[in-house]
Amino acid sequence: MSSKSTLLAMLFFSVLSPLPVQAAEAANPTYARSLAATCFTCHGTDGRSVGGVPPSLAGQNRDYLLQQMREFRNGKRPATIMHQHALGYTDEQLVLIAGYFAGITPGPAAAAPAAR
Amino acid sequence: MKNAMTTFKRREFLKWAAAGTGVAAMGGCATAGSGSAGRVVVIGGGYGGATAARFIKLWAPDIDVALIEMNDYFVSCPISNLVLGGNAQMNQITFSYDGLRKRGIRVIRDEAMGIDPVKKVVSLASGGSVSFDRVIVSPGVDFLYDQIPGLNTREAQMRFFHAWKAGPQTVALRKQLEAMRDGGVYAIQIPMAPYRCPPGPYERVCQVADYFKKAKPKSKILVLDANPDLVSKKGLFLAAWDGLYKGMIEYRPNSEIADVDTKGMTIKLQFDDVKADVINVVPAQRAGDVALRSGLITANNRWCGVDWTTCESLAVKGVHVLGDATLSGPAMPKSGSMANQHAKVCAAAVIEMIKGGPVNTDTMMMNTCYSFVSGDSAMHVASVHRYDPAQKTIAPVKGSGGVSTAASQAEGLYAWGWARNIWAEALT
Repeated sequence: MSSKSTLLAMLFFSVLSPLPVQAAEAANPTYARSLAATCFTCHGTDGRSVGGVPPSLAGQNRDYLLQQMREFRNGKRPATIMHQHALGYTDEQLVLIAGYFAGITPGPAAAAPAAR
Repeated sequence: MKNAMTTFKRREFLKWAAAGTGVAAMGGCATAGSGSAGRVVVIGGGYGGATAARFIKLWAPDIDVALIEMNDYFVSCPISNLVLGGNAQMNQITFSYDGLRKRGIRVIRDEAMGIDPVKKVVSLASGGSVSFDRVIVSPGVDFLYDQIPGLNTREAQMRFFHAWKAGPQTVALRKQLEAMRDGGVYAIQIPMAPYRCPPGPYERVCQVADYFKKAKPKSKILVLDANPDLVSKKGLFLAAWDGLYKGMIEYRPNSEIADVDTKGMTIKLQFDDVKADVINVVPAQRAGDVALRSGLITANNRWCGVDWTTCESLAVKGVHVLGDATLSGPAMPKSGSMANQHAKVCAAAVIEMIKGGPVNTDTMMMNTCYSFVSGDSAMHVASVHRYDPAQKTIAPVKGSGGVSTAASQAEGLYAWGWARNIWAEALT
């Protein structure tokens, strides 16, 4: 799925739907998932973190997640690392990432693999 | 022993065959059983391979996945320097593959010897073979010992350890450090970049210094770096060396190794011989042996070029390569984080290629590497990369990424959190 087709889908659905971003996500589920998967490394698969830090993102409010990422990006919310990551994504991508994690059921954190 | 091995392999064979995934003892072409959308074989169960296997199963349960791995256990390179420093134990970084088995992934303990991209089979050291629709090769690195003649024997390699693959070598180097007299010298030789884990050598220096400071305060560390300067997190490492460990560490840039004398406990540089009590040589590296044997190496006789939207080999169609073995994109480190990201890009692409769906071409990858400067204080380097269709490469996004302002205990906690989550990404 190219970014161009993502944008086209977002434009298309924005005309038809009062919830343009969610509709665009539905049109590009693997694109949103692939973007969110870059966050899994630190925040756990599907945003279900094994420990307290980094925090779980699964089931968080979409607007809250998006606001935090925007504030990391513009420096309003101080961070050790998140500002450096958030600056790597377009606003459209952040919208898709926030939507992905908001759509995940906040289940139990993945168990850490058992030590030998 | 032989009987036990035969029984084990037969059992694996039956399980695999029952799952509808072809294992042909004589290299024949088995077809996928009913209910299977396709067969993926993953070679190598490290950060790249184990994660790719897990995510294909997670995102497409109807694809049969087999993972061929030489070792019984996954031993993490990240955090292994803390074992050298006495700040972590081997059992904290050693994990079984049971989590992947529980997901229905066939974990085959064997060595992949070669790939036949036409017959679509991987041949195994045990004599069998495994059929695939697509194969993912995540072989890690092997060492260019032929560049260091005195180290090119097994005997010599048991005296000067690399400990650059976590496992028995980590334990052996720790034992040498423990046995060293107070007032002794530990020397580490760092190869020219690119090599696995750019900040790793400098983190190791911090960990050994942390141990010496507590247990052998008269001891010294000699850093022989083939590079003209510290390759990663320079200011942050130097802050630790000039602060926490002042007077303990001597750094010598442009110190490319020429040879070693293991009996004389000597590293031979171009114009100088250096003696030490514990010598830790990290040799130059290339893509792991199976990549070499399979004709996947495309750059400088060392690394495997790939299409970054799919991780498909530029040399052999239908074969994907992940992790440290790849010819890294610009400013892309050879790290566990990066291998984890390659794995998910590759898993998503392989699923679409098998099922005939659209492959995402707006590939994003992110890197996060933490380094510990002491037992509990860490700092990071971060970057975000996006595929550039015009250049056909994946490049850092301008304005993103960076390093910590200073090492901190807070980032030490984040580093352990990162480790637990990335281990779960690969193994649960």
